[in-house]
Amino acid sequence: MFESLTDRLGDVFDRLKKRGALSESHVVEALREVRVALLEADVALPVVKTFIDEVKEKAVGADVVRSVAPAQMVIKIVNDHLIETLGAETVDLNLNAVPPAAFMIVGLQGSGKTTSTAKIAGLLTRRDKKKVMMASLDVQRPAAQEQLKVLGEQADIMTLPIVPGQMPADIAKRAMTAARLQGVDVVLLDTAGRLHVDEPLMQELEVISRTVMPVETLLVADSLTGQDAVNVAKQFKERTNVTGIMLTRIDGDGRGGAALSMRSVTGCPIKLLGTGEKLDEIEVFHPDRIASRILGMGDIVSLVEKAADTIDEEEAAKLEAKIRKGTFDLEDLANQLKQMRKMGGMESMLKMLPGVGKMKKQIDAAGIDEKMIKRQEAIISSMTKKERQFPKLIAASRKRRIAAGSGSSVQDVNKLLKQHKQMAMMMKKMGKMGKKGLMRNGMPGMPNMQGMIPGR
Amino acid sequence: MSDDTEKKRGWLSRLKAGLGKSASALGDGISNIFTKRKLDTAALEELEELLITADIGLETVTRVTSALAKDRFDQEVTDEEVRGVLAEQIAEILEPLAKPLVVEGNGQPHVVLVVGVNGTGKTTTIGKLAQQMVGQGKSVMLAAGDTFRAAAIEQLKIWGERTGAPVVMGKTGADAAGLVYDALEQARAAKSDVLLVDTAGRLQNKTDLMAELEKIVRVMKKIDDTAPHSVLLVLDATTGQNAINQVEVFRSICNVTGLVMTKLDGTARGGVLVAIAAKAGLPIHAIGVGEGAEDFQAFEATAFARSLVGLPT
Repeated sequence: MFESLTDRLGDVFDRLKKRGALSESHVVEALREVRVALLEADVALPVVKTFIDEVKEKAVGADVVRSVAPAQMVIKIVNDHLIETLGAETVDLNLNAVPPAAFMIVGLQGSGKTTSTAKIAGLLTRRDKKKVMMASLDVQRPAAQEQLKVLGEQADIMTLPIVPGQMPADIAKRAMTAARLQGVDVVLLDTAGRLHVDEPLMQELEVISRTVMPVETLLVADSLTGQDAVNVAKQFKERTNVTGIMLTRIDGDGRGGAALSMRSVTGCPIKLLGTGEKLDEIEVFHPDRIASRILGMGDIVSLVEKAADTIDEEEAAKLEAKIRKGTFDLEDLANQLKQMRKMGGMESMLKMLPGVGKMKKQIDAAGIDEKMIKRQEAIISSMTKKERQFPKLIAASRKRRIAAGSGSSVQDVNKLLKQHKQMAMMMKKMGKMGKKGLMRNGMPGMPNMQGMIPGR
Repeated sequence: MSDDTEKKRGWLSRLKAGLGKSASALGDGISNIFTKRKLDTAALEELEELLITADIGLETVTRVTSALAKDRFDQEVTDEEVRGVLAEQIAEILEPLAKPLVVEGNGQPHVVLVVGVNGTGKTTTIGKLAQQMVGQGKSVMLAAGDTFRAAAIEQLKIWGERTGAPVVMGKTGADAAGLVYDALEQARAAKSDVLLVDTAGRLQNKTDLMAELEKIVRVMKKIDDTAPHSVLLVLDATTGQNAINQVEVFRSICNVTGLVMTKLDGTARGGVLVAIAAKAGLPIHAIGVGEGAEDFQAFEATAFARSLVGLPT
């Protein structure tokens, strides 16, 4: 998400930076381009208008134009405003309530409520060690209740037994009673998808809300939503007292305008992001990080967190020792590849690096093939232990054997060996620089990027 | 007595609805309707904004409004006039594309593959299509090709029960292509007129899922190399400019032959369809305006265009 918005803003800012002195008209011109970029990213028109007006007010002030680096100032103002629009700070789910706390999940049809319900349940179970129960109040869509039940089984989360024919408000009451009896901390109520203009169904929501007095009412919204996001969010907020937003399908190639609009229109914080089809693909929303990602400044914090999550400390220490000795063998390369895959692959890592946003086109052109990593792992696992330790052993006939064993070609094996050689050399140099140099040149878990980009 | 109240309410509500429409139209531009004003930059900007909020997309908006400006800039116009002209222009783009999905009922299964991103309403669209075709006396078979989402198969099964169409299904997690192959064989054996194939929702930027879709098409062609005879891409009216991307990618993967736009019963006006129409020129088969089987209507260019610019339809 956000890539094309990043590209567009990057272009605008680059042009701005090229000018030494800025006149007001330059700033106005740049802001007009920012407006277009935002609109094309599906940011709602009223939000764009206020955004531009506010930025303009600050940016055309005499201070900016006279400052040492006017372009930088303008960029900073835009950046600050973006963060403000997205919400200044991270707001987590509210768990301060006498159990059982009710969470109501609401939204349009097809926004991803049921899947999100299961994801949130999983998050609360894993992270907060809460006892969670899910109940589907969706009597509209065929098999919706069944869907939640199956998801509950998959994620090992309790669901309220289905009673056919029961009405939503009654199911909600039954869920709360059952939760009280079973000592459940949080009850997630998955409601039917409804249009914000569907009066009877909105009234039904109000009734349910009054019955269970939810601690959280989460609006699940599709990040691919267009201009209508404002209407939807506003209406739901008015009728059900929405306390937070979960944005879904962040993994699509949408431009994330909905993210900017919704927060701004409802004043409700975006709390969670749905980042994939699997049940553990949910993230807490950090506005500042997303804003830097939009502005192409990368998201180093998330990258480091991700690395810390997936990289085995011991492995890293071992690797560091090896690098210092200059003995980086194929076994180590295999480990590196595995870790990289765990972190979500080359592309997702690169995207979090500052400045890489602008290189995206070059990266695409280079053709990073995520499967390549897997294929290279296969090649290495077709080698004997000795071969992995002493790659020099691998002569023509061994190469043929390895290629056959891994279902690749001799050229692929050659490519891998060459790549390893380059990396080993790099590592050796880094080792000589000592620990300080190592730190400066990247963490041990992250090998030389250039060498790691396999061509297609 | 009940008959009487029914009649009364019917008449009253009709009157009310009628009044409501004109009232909102009046309210929208009350200051502009009676006073002519010059079509100047400010007026054009207002128009642009109206179209942007309908998701038409900046590029198309600029094209449409500048065409308008070329003819009438600085002329005295009423708001209604301008909107009318805009609606006409938009309808002109859409009109040639308003074509219903035609299926011959000759006992040779016409395979309709239904694709789209997650949550656009593929399964519901299939249910509605099935209802319609069964109503036309065609024999319909359904294939539950969404083997990924929990309970997607059950959902289609219920539509099968409602419409009386047999459903070919496997287990969740099974290979979708294999299931579709079986379904096509069964549809041929049963001499069905139509085979409606549901697929799992997939974001168009997921290469592996798109490859799976390619495989489904490939496998079908092993039995009948003219299949799928129609490929419907289901678009959600609330989707913004991303829908353009969706059309492009799905088209390149599985040769989409027509579009269905769902969820037009909300406040979303689905203006992105105009941009898509101008770019892709794909037939627009139908729109979804509700959850019931009867809420599936043929696409009407003029009505759609008028609602886009905020005119009563």
